Amino acid sequence: MTAAIALQGAVKRFGDFTALAGVDLSIERGEFFGLLGPNGAGKTTLISLLAGLARPSAGSVRVMGFDVVRDYRQARRAIGVVPQELVFDPFFTVREILRIQSGYFGLTRNEAWIEELLHGLGLADKAEANMRTLSGGMKRRVLVAQALVHRPPVIVLDEPTAGVDVELRHGLWQFIQKLNDQGHTILLTTHYLEEAESLCHRIAMLKAGRIVALDTTERLLARFHAHELEVRLDRPEVTLTLGGVAGEDGWVRIPFERYADIELILRRLREAGAEVRELRVGEPDLERVFVEVMRSA
Amino acid sequence: MPECFGAGFRTLFYKEVMRFWKVAFQTVAAPILNALLFLLIFSNVLDRHVTTYGEVPYTAFLIPGLAIMSVLQNAFANSSSSLIQSKVTGNIVFVLLPPLSHLEFFWGYALACVVRGLAVGLGVILVGLVFVDLPLAAPLWALAFAVIGSLLLGALGIVAGIWADKFDQLAAFQNFLVMPLTMLSGVFYSIASLPPFWQKVSHLNPFFFVIDGFRYGFFGQADTNPWVSLGVSLAATVAVVTLTLTLLARGYKLRQ
Repeated sequence: MTAAIALQGAVKRFGDFTALAGVDLSIERGEFFGLLGPNGAGKTTLISLLAGLARPSAGSVRVMGFDVVRDYRQARRAIGVVPQELVFDPFFTVREILRIQSGYFGLTRNEAWIEELLHGLGLADKAEANMRTLSGGMKRRVLVAQALVHRPPVIVLDEPTAGVDVELRHGLWQFIQKLNDQGHTILLTTHYLEEAESLCHRIAMLKAGRIVALDTTERLLARFHAHELEVRLDRPEVTLTLGGVAGEDGWVRIPFERYADIELILRRLREAGAEVRELRVGEPDLERVFVEVMRSA
Repeated sequence: MPECFGAGFRTLFYKEVMRFWKVAFQTVAAPILNALLFLLIFSNVLDRHVTTYGEVPYTAFLIPGLAIMSVLQNAFANSSSSLIQSKVTGNIVFVLLPPLSHLEFFWGYALACVVRGLAVGLGVILVGLVFVDLPLAAPLWALAFAVIGSLLLGALGIVAGIWADKFDQLAAFQNFLVMPLTMLSGVFYSIASLPPFWQKVSHLNPFFFVIDGFRYGFFGQADTNPWVSLGVSLAATVAVVTLTLTLLARGYKLRQ
């Protein structure tokens, strides 16, 4: 089956600056895929290539098998993009905006789906409100509705929860998760790594226009020290002999592989005459993996 | 139906018409009032002293000139202001993401300019009729030049809108190019009254031919043969439309 998104040797240069330096990436249909990277890594450039907002300097970019330059009509019909910036047209109401966006895609009788979007994204009571009058969170919901108005099989979310409150974030992810369950392919970029960790099946990490890590979320988490035992002792220097790392917050972090290792670590601490004042287990998280990957790449 | 006139084009055209119609006080009523002020001032000062084309009173001569000047300026303002606002605020992305071709993009914006231009021009003529009786010797000629002129300036507005990165640059385009070319093109006078040198200079200005041809539609006479005016106006429009379509097809300043 054709991949939902396929980049082969995709290069994008802006003058002397290379934003994407030959990216190969294939995202299968139905995946919930995370694209991570620091600012300036090339995430938004990659999304711009997919959306047809920028043209590749070299290589090929395909959406649902359609080349974004040669078959741009089919490619753009297959993708819905939620832009990073909170942009809106101040002349129209929410319903007018969705009707207009739908019309651009040739869908002039789309009222039932527009109504479903309005309800699904909690916009029903704002349907007749002008965009200028909406809060930032509401405007973000309209952006999501606009991206979905033509029912694209591929949905790209470029930092959709930046500056969004917790309630809206949860509602948004429920809605997106439902779409993914229905078979939509989701490509997500976010700086909230816990979101990527909980939602994405696979993750790619970009740095300076190159993919520096690409794997399932599970394997990425397992790739580095899986767990840490965090202790606060009366004699912190003792833990250093056990491979611990002292933090400025007074906690010492000791990596371990299996939970059974905790007993061994505590026994050694006892034998060294150190008293444990506080103790907690640090679970592996994507943030740590991200930092490690970026440091080593 | 050709692809360039499909649902995408119709929606963009509708959106652009609604955009100016929702602020019609600013985009239609205000230009009509401006033209009316010109009419009151110039006709009051000159009507008793100046006649043109033989016996045509100055006020009657002036009204079609003001109408077509308003058509041209507002056609330019419509596409240029819409595009620069969309670019500066970022909502241009909503037009760039859908599968619209450069032809759909062009005609959506350009025909909305024609609609606004004609609405303002008609408004100026109707207000002018309060002051003086206007003949309408050849209405199809008047309509043809109004449509061609608004298409020419609408296309020029698209060029200016995609070229300009900030409002300041667009204002320079408008104030240093469009405004002088429209005002110094026989709106307020017959070029027959100018010295030979300035008559020749006027013939270098394509807007002069649009205005002169439009006036022919009212009085059945003009400074230049209307067929020549039609040829020059069409040639200028084809040139600017071709330039605009080329820029749009390349994605100039729109798609990186």
